[in-house]
Amino acid sequence: MRTLFAVLCALLVCIPGALSQEQDTCAVPGYLLFGDSPLHRVSAAVQKNKAVKIVVVGTGSSVLPGPDGSNLAYPARLEAALKARLPTVNVAVLAKAKPRQSAADMSATLEKLVTEEKPTLVVWQTGTFDALRGLDPEDFRASVSEGVETLRAAGADVILVNMQYSPRTESMIALGPYVDSMRWVAREHEVPVFDRLAVMRHWYDTGAVDLYAATKDVAVAKRVHDCIGRALASLIIDAANLDALEGKTSK
Amino acid sequence: MTMAPVIPTERDLRLDLFRGIALWLIFLDHIPTNIVSWITIRNYGFSDATEIFIFISGFTAAFVYGKAMRERGFVVSGARILKRAWQIYVAHIFLFAIYMAEIAYVSSSFENPLFAEEMNVLDFLKQPDVTIIQALLLKFKPANMDVLPLYIVLLVLFPPILWLLLRNATVALAISVLLYALAWEFGWNFSSYPSGHWWFNPFAWQLLFVFGAWCALGGAVRLSAVLRSSVTLWIAIAYLVFAFAITLTWHFPRSAYFVPRWLSEWMYPIDKVNLDVLRFAHFLALAAVTVHFIRRDWFMLKSPWLRPAILCGQHSLEIFCLGVFLAFAAHFVMVEVYGGILMQVLLSFAGILMMVATAALLSWYKEVEGRGGRPKRPPDADLAGGEV
Repeated sequence: MRTLFAVLCALLVCIPGALSQEQDTCAVPGYLLFGDSPLHRVSAAVQKNKAVKIVVVGTGSSVLPGPDGSNLAYPARLEAALKARLPTVNVAVLAKAKPRQSAADMSATLEKLVTEEKPTLVVWQTGTFDALRGLDPEDFRASVSEGVETLRAAGADVILVNMQYSPRTESMIALGPYVDSMRWVAREHEVPVFDRLAVMRHWYDTGAVDLYAATKDVAVAKRVHDCIGRALASLIIDAANLDALEGKTSK
Repeated sequence: MTMAPVIPTERDLRLDLFRGIALWLIFLDHIPTNIVSWITIRNYGFSDATEIFIFISGFTAAFVYGKAMRERGFVVSGARILKRAWQIYVAHIFLFAIYMAEIAYVSSSFENPLFAEEMNVLDFLKQPDVTIIQALLLKFKPANMDVLPLYIVLLVLFPPILWLLLRNATVALAISVLLYALAWEFGWNFSSYPSGHWWFNPFAWQLLFVFGAWCALGGAVRLSAVLRSSVTLWIAIAYLVFAFAITLTWHFPRSAYFVPRWLSEWMYPIDKVNLDVLRFAHFLALAAVTVHFIRRDWFMLKSPWLRPAILCGQHSLEIFCLGVFLAFAAHFVMVEVYGGILMQVLLSFAGILMMVATAALLSWYKEVEGRGGRPKRPPDADLAGGEV
């Protein structure tokens, strides 16, 4: 019985990313997560150096409060998930989140960031602050586009991360135009978007997390960030085709 | 035919019907996370219910006040238009008060570290004095409360436009197109508080309003040959199919692959703030197909089945405001009680039912008032009081 179970498990692991994810309680359907934009530089770095350095640039929704906040927030969870799924690769994730930053503010700092840190991949979370302030969506689009160009030119791959699904405030913040802008920039430059909004909404709809909970407790936040970290790891592995690479090298 | 004569004697019920439907769709779209909003047209093409609402509002305004301006002159009709703008302003401020109440409640009752950043939306509560002044100046506009300010600006500027439309409609329309082009060229827009610009740029959206007015004052007759041609119909249908296919790729990211690169570079972004030409064209195509198949004397327009939508369209200001309020209320219920799919469907239908009931009540009330001892006003002027 136990061997049969082991064989079954092994079989399940062999089925590519999207399917094996469904065992997670915070699984994400493949159509929400995976696109057609590849991460060539991540593939190359893993193939050549067995290493990948990721910098997460973001605002308040990329951090959690409290003394243990930085370990619980999704950048750290992403690092843990990648290390677990790519044991032979040297993964480093650096979180550079700063509250109250518009896309234009962040875009201006990216040049310096890439020259100093030389990341393989930059995960860029933006849009919430711009939407909160009602900044011009066209300016927002231009800033994101410029930022992506800067990062690309400096030799880094890019993943854009959009807003959180926040049911309590969703009638108060008009996210739509900013979501569209990010999608268009991503299409234009062929970079993946982690559609955090749709993904979190999916979790809410399927009952995986209760986002309405009016709680001061960090438990829900911790769980959501862990799930985001894991989903992001799946996106990176799929877009950089790392499953195949990892399989090849470990043989 | 489908066209309105230069001085229509009878109200075109199609206007009320489609404005009523547009009001329902705006309500459905304003409820965040609403499964029923999948039926609304914004998911199947470039334009949405706002275009329909603004166009028909321009059409009706010209229809009613154009007659008044011919009969009673610029000053009297201009004063009536401004009075209407004032009513809309008051309605907007009323909605703002309700919005403030909701947001103040959320800020005092909700705390979740996950959404610390989103809670910054409540920042303006720290400075209520500034916020309220900015709201009175129409600079601070909460989410989903952008249509009425646009409408107010359009009506305030309408008297001279109407005057010109009655003298030389072509020149008036040309000026409107020019203003639209200049706004695109130089990035003109009204500024907002605390930052940014108006969601519906009045310099751009006036085109739709003036175009509606132009159609009401004889433009539709001039266009009738074009509208009757089957070439127009097929171009319109082809464009609607194209827009539908493009919209589908937004819902299924992988299918974006089928959109050629040159096309997406040329097409995106499709700008709602400045009424993108693609959106305007989509509205024109929808309108062309609609007037081709639904004639002015269509028997269904008198049927009880379409009566609810027509009633709502005839009391557009009241029903629009009610819709904004009901969308707030529905969201509130979903947050506080339960937000599942069943509730979304229930709240959507309950909301539309309340809109219809209110419209019926308003019609009844007006009828009763009309029978009172007050001097009877001419029927069209009476329509103008409530339905522009």
